[in-house]
Amino acid sequence: MLELQNISYVVEDGGNHKEILKNINLTIDQRFVALTGPNGGGKSTLAKIIAGIYVPTSGRILLDGEDITGLSITERARKGISFAFQQPVRFKGLTVRDLITLAAGRNISVSDACGYLSEVGLCARDYINREIDASLSGGELKRIEIAMIIARGTKLSLFDEPEAGIDLWSFGNLIQVFEKLHTRINGSIMIISHQERILNIADRIIVIANGQVQSDGTRDEVLPGLLGAATACPVLTDKL
Amino acid sequence: MNTIEKNMLAEIADLHEIPEGAYNIRRNGEAEARNTTANIDIVPKADEDGIDIIIAPGTKRESVHIPVILSQSGLTETVYNDFFIGEGADVTIIAGCGIYNCGDDNSEHSGIHTFHVGKNAKVRYVEKHYGEGDGNGQNVMNPTTVIEVDEGGYMEMETTQIKGVDSTLRKTSAVLAADATLVIHEKLMTHGQQIAETDFTVDMNGAGSSVNLVSRSVAREESQQVFRSVINGNNACTGHSECDAIIMDSASVAAIPEITAHHVDASLIHEAAIGKIAGEQLIKLMTLGLTEQEAEEQIVSGFLK
Repeated sequence: MLELQNISYVVEDGGNHKEILKNINLTIDQRFVALTGPNGGGKSTLAKIIAGIYVPTSGRILLDGEDITGLSITERARKGISFAFQQPVRFKGLTVRDLITLAAGRNISVSDACGYLSEVGLCARDYINREIDASLSGGELKRIEIAMIIARGTKLSLFDEPEAGIDLWSFGNLIQVFEKLHTRINGSIMIISHQERILNIADRIIVIANGQVQSDGTRDEVLPGLLGAATACPVLTDKL
Repeated sequence: MNTIEKNMLAEIADLHEIPEGAYNIRRNGEAEARNTTANIDIVPKADEDGIDIIIAPGTKRESVHIPVILSQSGLTETVYNDFFIGEGADVTIIAGCGIYNCGDDNSEHSGIHTFHVGKNAKVRYVEKHYGEGDGNGQNVMNPTTVIEVDEGGYMEMETTQIKGVDSTLRKTSAVLAADATLVIHEKLMTHGQQIAETDFTVDMNGAGSSVNLVSRSVAREESQQVFRSVINGNNACTGHSECDAIIMDSASVAAIPEITAHHVDASLIHEAAIGKIAGEQLIKLMTLGLTEQEAEEQIVSGFLK
């Protein structure tokens, strides 16, 4: 269980205080939680604060009752937090197999590594020895990023917009990956997404806007409001 | 041969015992062991230090090992090794030099290797340079490689220097005839006060010749690296060089590429990049549970793999 208590994050921007997150309080113990809301609302920042990449200006983070606010990225990873980047990182020289092995945290067989790749719809034989470099497409990198999270198998898995940069054809497969993860995962998945099909499989949806929790509830409680809010641009409607 | 020397042999030539095929093991300036085969002859030079390695035309899937070990502090030597690779041969040549210097004097090995690659011959040449020892004396290696590839010939050179060489000037020059191909992979890591200079010059004289030169290096601590490459396209040819360096601590790295076309159908490309390890790479590996130092080691060893 993850608890966020009074999390705020302020940055200095050209001499101005900019509040990216304002007093966020959340307790996450559902299996599949979606974070959604407008771009720039603070979702990615919140995920990075949970993973330890950013340090909150104030507030506490508890994982299974233990205060992890002061722990480093590495320590949090070892406590069971995984984080899939919105823009996966490329590495010259490191192969897909190297990264899957590092993610698993132990020496794994080729067939184990292939198993994780197959789960994200990659034909393992074609990928296992490829370098994580510019030769891989954005969609391939995203899948490998997700395979790494599956290989880790931690109690909390954070995904930052896994659908971003994925073409429409691959997107259908990606949804299947998450549907499968939803049924199999032993811990919680927290996923930042704008996609209705991902929100549709969430147990809980949290809407973050302007650095605050705007709404929070089950799919049935939150989703209709979100879909209804997708009205035409007010500037245009005013003109009519 | 003592344990230190055996370890050096394993380090530079992956040799744990006497190799199969042809070999010449040189230890502290003298021939320690030598073997020739029906197709590969090794002949000591009469007028200077070194050997001629003569590979008969058509020799297939054979290898030659010619490691050099210096364990006596203060030894300075210049060795001339000439390789004559016959037409249509397909061979692997493993060279390498290991210096163990536990004294106060500098140990220095200058190996001058000349390759005459015959028509349609194929050579894979692997050389590793390695140094260790707890003395104050420096380990100095200045390898010079001179390559001539005849029509349709192919040479692949892998050159690696990862540890323990205090000062090195690595000079490689090549002349390519028609349809000849040269592929070079250099891997280099320097640390401490080490200085490493790399100097490549390739002349593509024949139509259809090509070169692909890839250098990856890591400069740590106070070390200094200079990479120079000169590629001349004197005919219809393709040349590509790529120099990619990771800089760390207080090191310095210079990349000085030069590509010159003397023919309208010469197509030449150079890419150079120097930079520190990207912060996001470290963060990614840390989110997998590695410490910052472990992440750095993984990134560096992957880069130099």
